[in-house]
Amino acid sequence: MEIFLDYLIVFLIGGFICMIGEVLIITTNLTPARILVSFVIFGVFLEAVGVFDYISSFAKAGINVPIIGFGASLTKGAISAVESQGLLGVFTGSLTSTSGGIAAAIIFGFLFALMCHSRTKK
Amino acid sequence: MNEKERMKAYNKYVNAKIPKTRPFPSLFNSFWVGGLICVIGQGINDLLLFLMPNLSEQSAWAYTLIILIFLAALLTGIGVYDKLGKFAGGGTIVPITGFSNSITSPSIEYKCEGIVYGICVKMFTIAGPIIVFGVVSSAFVGLIYYIVGLFV
Repeated sequence: MEIFLDYLIVFLIGGFICMIGEVLIITTNLTPARILVSFVIFGVFLEAVGVFDYISSFAKAGINVPIIGFGASLTKGAISAVESQGLLGVFTGSLTSTSGGIAAAIIFGFLFALMCHSRTKK
Repeated sequence: MNEKERMKAYNKYVNAKIPKTRPFPSLFNSFWVGGLICVIGQGINDLLLFLMPNLSEQSAWAYTLIILIFLAALLTGIGVYDKLGKFAGGGTIVPITGFSNSITSPSIEYKCEGIVYGICVKMFTIAGPIIVFGVVSSAFVGLIYYIVGLFV
């Protein structure tokens, strides 16, 4: 029962965040790139003020899977690298923590682009 | 017709031609599709922690995101994700799967222009700004953190 409740919270929060994205698309005619950029910056902000971990403790995938989690992870990496390496961490931290996701997106994107052909859009 | 009137007439014409999304079904669809993608992510994460109990929480999330990115790239490759995107809008853009789709989709589309100038260049048309803004803003936060740390 408890696990069901967990998944319900994940569903509701994740869905709500995605719905905000859709509201932005409908009301402002922003392109997907700008929406994603604003969500990433929002995630950076949440992590910078220290709220992200609190939300993540109950929303779990609901906030980690949306791109907000990517922004938060960038900042988390930057802050922890500054703690361990000082000024160098400002430069090394952000991409270290997100390297897995970025590299995976590049690798799989490249491989599938080699394998697949574009379809005509109807 | 002077410049201003012409602009006005043009904007009116453009607004009439822009495809309208009806708010109710698109909001609802983006809600449940986005929520479902997050639930799948949570499911993968729980499964990973169940199969490999000594995985740290951070690595489990990294694996989860990589698997989601793989699935989205696969679905984009076989043409399913873009159809889903038309149906669910924000529900497919906002999750990390949308990030993966934004890399895979243009690289497939511009494949005909060659591997270097097609795939590799177009790959970052949408992902580029995301990475740039993300890295710059988080480096800025890191810098503030560093400067504050010097004095506290």
